[in-house]
Amino acid sequence: MSSSPTPDIIDLLTGAEAGSFIDRLRAERPETRANAQKSYLALFEPVSEDAVTRAERLAVAAFVAGLHQAGAAGEFYAAGLADLNGGASLAAAAKTEIARGAARGPYGYYPSGPLSVEDTAGLVFAVSDFSRAVLGAKLRAGLEHAHLLVYRPREASPEALQKLLDAGWSTTGIVTLSQLVAFLSFQIRVVAGLSALGAAGEGSLSRAAAE
Amino acid sequence: MTETVTRPEIEDRPNAFTQAEIGWTPWLTPLTEDELTDRHWAGLVDASRSKSPYFMLLARDPETLEARTKTDKDIFYNTRAGLPRAERELSATAASRTNGCIFCASVHSRFTSHHSKRTEDVQRLLDEGTGAELGSRRWNAVVAASVSLTGTPSSFGADDIAHLREQGLDDLEIADAIHGAAFFNWANRLMLSLGEPTPAA
Repeated sequence: MSSSPTPDIIDLLTGAEAGSFIDRLRAERPETRANAQKSYLALFEPVSEDAVTRAERLAVAAFVAGLHQAGAAGEFYAAGLADLNGGASLAAAAKTEIARGAARGPYGYYPSGPLSVEDTAGLVFAVSDFSRAVLGAKLRAGLEHAHLLVYRPREASPEALQKLLDAGWSTTGIVTLSQLVAFLSFQIRVVAGLSALGAAGEGSLSRAAAE
Repeated sequence: MTETVTRPEIEDRPNAFTQAEIGWTPWLTPLTEDELTDRHWAGLVDASRSKSPYFMLLARDPETLEARTKTDKDIFYNTRAGLPRAERELSATAASRTNGCIFCASVHSRFTSHHSKRTEDVQRLLDEGTGAELGSRRWNAVVAASVSLTGTPSSFGADDIAHLREQGLDDLEIADAIHGAAFFNWANRLMLSLGEPTPAA
């Protein structure tokens, strides 16, 4: 772990420099800003790696960011993974699987009933035979579950969780995996939204800032 | 610790969007109060959450739960300036309707109705989907922006921002709408994947 403090990741990924429009906007919600960062730290600089290792976390993150076509986040997590011992081969496998798994979501099937008219078919992702050998059973199952959560969360099921348990995830590990994918779905969208706002340029000042 | 999933037997499992007070039951074993250490209590933030199977399941990763909860509370409950509560909840409801989280949509559609008194407009969003005409261009713009951001990949961009500005949203209000929708892309994925809705009592 580096000795310098971890930078604010959303600032890093949006490229919001101190004093910029987005920096000033984020400064109006200091609790949101601080706790989005604490969420990142809890997941990527965890107290315990017993249930999920740092390499597993970064491999899932690189895959999820890649599926979102989130350029800066994808590079950030893939670079973090590649920096770890043995991480380069995992990063290469994640890259291969992003290309195979990319789709447009959300899609999927609802529980049978009135919403069935909204059912939309789409890719049900399985890791390639080649990447299975690199990733191992646990991480393979983790990426397949991450793909389910990214694109067709409405199809989640106890069976999907049982597959994770069978592949070596503990109950606590599944909670952390779910939080990882879910948190990244948030972080990547905050970055996308604030980046678009930054690109659009400052509109009207908020009432609070104008006072 | 039981390392198997729970497959609840549910009669009349909710299968449509509703503002009714439905429940939620987990597919994995939550912690019990006996198992909680100081670290877990800190993760729960409010001690009363030890009565909730959802939070007691998430308490297995307490640091993440604590930061998640504090992020959630500030995005929705910090009303110092910014977007009115009703429209933050509307943004959350639209994300939940898009992702298909019947439970999340029930809670946050109810909150939207409570804060706006526009129960019928909210019900139209649930019944007809996010393309429904919601009775004001401002609400239509907030919903459309939430839907754009909820897509994978997100298509949120200059058009969404222009529409929100045309409806009078200032920059902090737009940032609040972004955070409300983004947060429900977090919440929906937990609620949908760790358990399922149960019928109203």
